[in-house]
Amino acid sequence: MTLANDERRWADPGLTRVPYWLYRDPEILARERERLFMGRTWNYVALDCELPEPGDYKTSFVGDVPVIVVRGPDGEVRVLENRCAHRGAQVCLKRFGNAKRLTCVYHAWSYDLDGKLVGVAFRNGVRGEGGMPDSFDAAEHGLRRLNAEVYHGLVFASFAADMPAVESYLGPVIAERVKRVFNRPVKVLGQTTQELPNNWKLYVENVKDSYHASILHTFFTTFKINRLSQSGGILVDDSGGNHVSYSKIEVPSDDPDYDVAGLRSDQDGLRLRDTTMLAGRDEWGDGITLQILTVFPNFVIQQIQNSLAVRQVIPRGLDRTDVNWTLFGYADEDEELTRLRVTQSNLVGPAGYISMEDGCVGGFVQRAIGGSEELDSVVMMGGEGAESQSTRATESSIRGFWKAYRATMDL
Amino acid sequence: MDDMLAVARLQLDYAAAVDNDALERWPDFFTADGLYRITNAANEARGLPIGIVHCAGQAMMHDRVLSLREANVYEAQRYRHLLSLPVVTRDGDTLSATTSFHVARIMQDGATLLFATGEYRDVVVRDGEALKFRQRVVVLDSERIDTLLAIPI
Repeated sequence: MTLANDERRWADPGLTRVPYWLYRDPEILARERERLFMGRTWNYVALDCELPEPGDYKTSFVGDVPVIVVRGPDGEVRVLENRCAHRGAQVCLKRFGNAKRLTCVYHAWSYDLDGKLVGVAFRNGVRGEGGMPDSFDAAEHGLRRLNAEVYHGLVFASFAADMPAVESYLGPVIAERVKRVFNRPVKVLGQTTQELPNNWKLYVENVKDSYHASILHTFFTTFKINRLSQSGGILVDDSGGNHVSYSKIEVPSDDPDYDVAGLRSDQDGLRLRDTTMLAGRDEWGDGITLQILTVFPNFVIQQIQNSLAVRQVIPRGLDRTDVNWTLFGYADEDEELTRLRVTQSNLVGPAGYISMEDGCVGGFVQRAIGGSEELDSVVMMGGEGAESQSTRATESSIRGFWKAYRATMDL
Repeated sequence: MDDMLAVARLQLDYAAAVDNDALERWPDFFTADGLYRITNAANEARGLPIGIVHCAGQAMMHDRVLSLREANVYEAQRYRHLLSLPVVTRDGDTLSATTSFHVARIMQDGATLLFATGEYRDVVVRDGEALKFRQRVVVLDSERIDTLLAIPI
């Protein structure tokens, strides 16, 4: 790729240096729309359970491009660009709705749920005057339909028609971890949008950054909620773009100090008065208490104890990002488990004990790099590659992101 | 009218405590088993149980204040609450009130944002000498939150 400004090069051929202009260059933002979001990627757009009935739709985004996710009369989910083929107005305005036809408010052009144009107001004019010429062919003016796949309750869309199946896009290792969480139908428990004052990549890097977790987020260490022993690691797929960071408590069964809540509090230290939040349940039978998973380029699946969420990261310009949080549980779960997820929701989201810092730290970077566009960030923890590692004191998955980013962006 | 003024007085004291960074007093505005919840109107309309903050009981409120003081990282900021008069209904000894609010957030550099608008849905009871919130549900009008929400609303 040749950038208009020759000063803006990515000199280092490896993955350990990331130039700061990547977060500030309008040309990069445009190229990301073309190559990443409208290119050969799968983009999360909705949960399947958000559209239970035929005609149910949700407005969503692929990158910053508005789309409609709609269940057709045959029960299949379609993803259509939310832009009228006539004059470009947004067709669906509501977040959620149900419709037999999708009708643009501007001039009442209407489309069926496949996006086919089925109605043009005053097509034959009024009293024989005006109207569309005979050369107008409705078949050429439908809503652009995206490639879509529902994968274990997750709806993915792509502007590329010839994508590999989502499962092979994820790679076998990451796919297993997606299926671990999405092992049966889910239901939405709450939604919120967090607006961040930074480039979208800073948030994605933060999610992939297992190095910062216990340093920036001091909730667990402040309250001495130390785990007896914790194992875990990082899994990165071959493309580099998809990752899992996980940790696991292993409880020695003969340790008399172990208590049910998994807590150990220093006598002199600060401690929580109410530990309800920490009494987790091993729902998956594998002892994994944290699994953060990303799908390239901008999708996150979170399991923090029993708090489950998907996060869709939407670029809103060079230095604005929306994070759409959808917290969920299983459709068949008991009320007690739902209550536990409600209580543990205090850990996550814009006010979360262990995630509120993620809302501001990207802005700290965005503000600080204005005068340093020719300089690079340093991403060397855990080596120079983007392979899976059995430690979380590594930046391997951040390097993985840049590996996939450079390949997709041709940078 | 007496009920309205009594509830308004409790709400103004609460807002003053939060706006003046007396967060250690914040749990005391609730009964011991009081519920404090922040959510948004869309979640409420859909009957979804998870919002932004969920504190069941004073102990969890104390924990949140302690965490804000000792553990969480966020830039220095404060709020300024502006409240409407409450619309109060009485059922026996229990008062229910709905009250509109605007909350401006003032950052340390002076940047001021209309951070949140919405309504308080309160259940107020007499607890000894004082009126206290048995329940305070903060229903934000918008689903969007700028950067993060640290200080309670």
